[in-house]
Formats: sequence, C-alpha cells, structure tokens
Amino acid sequence: MLLNQFLLLSAFLFCTGIYGVLTRKHTVLVLMSIELMLAAVNVNLVAFGAFHNSVIGQVFALFVLTIAAAEVGVGLAIVLLIYRNTHSADLDDVHALKG
Amino acid sequence: MITENIFFGVIAAAMVISALGVVTTKNIVHAALFLVIVLAGGAAQFILLGQEFVAWVQVLVYIGAVIVLFLFGIMLTRAPMHPEETLDNDLKWPGAAAALFLAGILGGLLVHTFHGVKLHIRAPIRTIDVTNAIFRVYIIPFEIVGVLLLGALVGAVVLARRD
Repeated sequence: MLLNQFLLLSAFLFCTGIYGVLTRKHTVLVLMSIELMLAAVNVNLVAFGAFHNSVIGQVFALFVLTIAAAEVGVGLAIVLLIYRNTHSADLDDVHALKG
Repeated sequence: MITENIFFGVIAAAMVISALGVVTTKNIVHAALFLVIVLAGGAAQFILLGQEFVAWVQVLVYIGAVIVLFLFGIMLTRAPMHPEETLDNDLKWPGAAAALFLAGILGGLLVHTFHGVKLHIRAPIRTIDVTNAIFRVYIIPFEIVGVLLLGALVGAVVLARRD
C-alpha cells in the first residue's frame, strides 16, 4: 500500500467537510461536517503512525476523538439554546450581531 | 498486497460517496446515517493499517455516542423532514470553489511530497503499547483532556438547562 492513498482520502474528506460547513444552513448539519473534518484528520494521523510503525499516531487520534466528543456535546447544547431563542435551527436566522 | 489494495479501494469508495451524501442530502437523518458509514469506513481503514485500538474506540465513541447525540439534536430542534425544504444556503458555488481550491493545493502537495512512498505494516500495534504510551509518556495531556471533558460536561448541562 502507498502512504499517499490514505493521505489523499483524508484530504478529500477534509475538503468535503469544508464544503459542508460553508454551504449547510442547519446547525446540526454544520456540526456533522466538522465531525467529517475531524475524522479526516484522524485518518491522516493513524496513517502516519502506521508509516513510522509507532503508537504516537494512535495516541494523537485518541486525543482528537476525545476533543470531538466534547465539542459535539457543547455544540449541541448551543444549538438547543439557539433553537430555544429563535425557534429555528437555521444559521441564517442567527443575525442578532449583524450590523 | 493486492487484497489490501482491493479492500482499501472498496472502503474508500464507500467513504467518498457517503461523505458527499453527508454534505448534499436533502434529509437530515440520512446525513447522520451517511456519517455513520464514513466513520465506520474510517475504523475499517484503521484496522487495515494495523491500528486496532483506535478503530474500536472510533466505533464506540463516534458511532455509538456522537451519532446518537446528533440524532437527539435533530429531534430536539424539530429539523425539517420534508425534502422540499432546503437545508443549504445560497453559497453553493463559492463553497464548492473554496473546497476545490483547498483540495487542489492539498492533493498537489501530497502527490509532490509523498510520491511513491510505501507503507510497510509488519505487525498490528498491540493495545498494551498504546496504553503504555498514554499512561507513561502522555499522562499529563491525558489528565488535561480528562479535565476538559469534565468542563465540557458541566458546560453542556449549564447551557442546555432550563431555569
């Protein structure tokens, strides 16, 4: 196997996540796209860990997983707050700070 | 060697199609289910790379917990379930341009830098080595990430509580 096939797959997933973050309107879908990007980063870290035949890639990926879980928890709490205050989960309806 | 590449190709194709599904589907629950396929494919790639522990943690944490949280979020916000209601904003073409631009740069750099570099997976990494690394070398980051999780837990409760 080539190292590049994993890295290119990861790069593709990351760019898909960026497209989702930029074009999705619903807050939960934006969070899902962020998860897609974090999963892509994990593929990258584990591929480099396997390339160097060490555990460091796995350890870093585990930390990324933990941060992702924490981020989803807090992010969904914020989504619930937005929904409670604006009665909609669309990011286009969140414009209280717009000039 | 060939079988590994065949497995990689099949899993990668499923991941690519599902990732595109996550960002383009009209049904928000389908997006969550597509995300399950992407994450399960990621776990399968980890096993292909001989790194089992993180693969199973990915299955347990991501597919087990994070997706369930997403489904709860979808239900609690009464997301639109009708396909005629759009879930996208009007930034489709600028967003696609930005993503393609980044994909071009990343892909070009990766092909240029790692052209022909081969992966030699001798033996799977044992879980005991991973845990030794976490609890001996990386013990302080581990404790810090534990405190961070506690902070996120308390923060989520404080934010979502109704008073």
